[in-house]
Amino acid sequence: MSTVLFDTPGPRTRRRHRLYSLLGSLVLVAAVGVVLWRLQATGQLAYRLWEPFVTPSYVRALLVEGLLKTLQMAFSSVLLAVVFGLLLGVAKLSDHGWVRRPAFLVVEFFRAVPVLLLMFFIFLTYGAGQGGIGSYWSVVIALTLYNGAVLAEVFRAGILAVPPGQAEAAYALGLRKSQVMTSVLLPQGAKIMLPAIISQCVVALKDTTLGYAILAPGLTEVGKAIYQQFSNQLQAAIVMAALFITVNLALSAIATRVQRRLVGEQKALAVPAIGHDSGSAV
Amino acid sequence: MDDVFSNFDLVLKAFLLTVELFVVSGVLSLLIGTALAAMRVGPVAVLSRAGALYVTLMRNTPLLIVFVFATFGLPKLDVQLPFFVKGTIALTLYTSAFVCEAVRSGINSVPLGQVEAARATGLTFTQTMSQVVLPQALRAVIPPLASTMIALLKNTSVGAVFGLFEATARMRYFSNNNASDRPMIFLTFALGYVILVELVSAGAFGLERRGRVAAR
Repeated sequence: MSTVLFDTPGPRTRRRHRLYSLLGSLVLVAAVGVVLWRLQATGQLAYRLWEPFVTPSYVRALLVEGLLKTLQMAFSSVLLAVVFGLLLGVAKLSDHGWVRRPAFLVVEFFRAVPVLLLMFFIFLTYGAGQGGIGSYWSVVIALTLYNGAVLAEVFRAGILAVPPGQAEAAYALGLRKSQVMTSVLLPQGAKIMLPAIISQCVVALKDTTLGYAILAPGLTEVGKAIYQQFSNQLQAAIVMAALFITVNLALSAIATRVQRRLVGEQKALAVPAIGHDSGSAV
Repeated sequence: MDDVFSNFDLVLKAFLLTVELFVVSGVLSLLIGTALAAMRVGPVAVLSRAGALYVTLMRNTPLLIVFVFATFGLPKLDVQLPFFVKGTIALTLYTSAFVCEAVRSGINSVPLGQVEAARATGLTFTQTMSQVVLPQALRAVIPPLASTMIALLKNTSVGAVFGLFEATARMRYFSNNNASDRPMIFLTFALGYVILVELVSAGAFGLERRGRVAAR
């Protein structure tokens, strides 16, 4: 193996690397050992604490009222965010300053403000109490505003990635500005945008957990109910993390496949990131 | 709004805690993340796989769950720590995975031809690294690291749910007490975050410009 950093190793270097591998493995095994020993010493491996996660009724609650609800929240906010982001993204490319500048401000604002701050504000002002929209919609709206602002950049970059000759040809045929956007630029840009949108689902899915703070339904609420009953915080966190990791890895795999199908091996659409790291999930 | 302005020291104190969380966990995750990246690009397969596993697990776990681990899980293992330390642990564990990816992609962005050319001109390994690879990798790493740091700054808000009275928790406190002024209170705190985010990105831009070479 030769990378930028080092040459293909010779026999002596290989021997040294074998030593490093051995030492590294020992350190890793020791670390895992310490964790297991702590778990054992504090009685955290007791079956009683893990039992809820193999009990059918609790598993059903985790999957149906928990995971399903969380997925529902994530996908409805991504769908709404696509609409919101599309409007903002197109507005940011407008020829008119009075459309472009407010859109720019809105995007920068929602990207710079923490989702949780937004969520508290929406929940306390419009969500809580009688006649409020409730915690479910507070989460969905907060995630829509944030992810919409991120997707606006994705859409803008996707539209700009379409070769300029396409728009020029369309104008030469006599199409109007709105026609060029809807029938030439967007359909071609969509191909490039789709993988980025799916990756954004991972971000949205992870952010639905913030609903925990405003008692929204979902996996974290079910998990909390379980760990308050059985006092198994550690075990519940492990199970919830495992569920999230599984779903997120599946989503990332889909995004990679879509990327290969539609765009080829070419580099994924990278959005110049202010406020959020592009393409991947924070 | 009077309540907010007459208690503005509380607002500043809350943002100070936000900044403290950001700086402490930012420095720690830069160090740990760089070490992880070294493990991942290094020649030792065991360490490289362990690093990859850690990054995959952490990047796909919601930060809130990491906080649950640190805040409620650690005491179960008889590890008693103050809230600030637990929050810093959660933020550092989470962010170092993203720092690792940013640094790794920076190192990988240096074209192989650069090293080959350096070797062909007779530079030693140390010279190749210090004169050719690292200067280019560091430049490539600044923009993704900056967005990771900005994400960390915003992620400190999750501490509000776990006993840390930083800016987001303070906004919730003021919003609970002053029902009629909620939009203004929200905008005040949002403005605070916007200013902090702009400061971080201005710093990154400055670094980037200082390191910029003639356009290729």
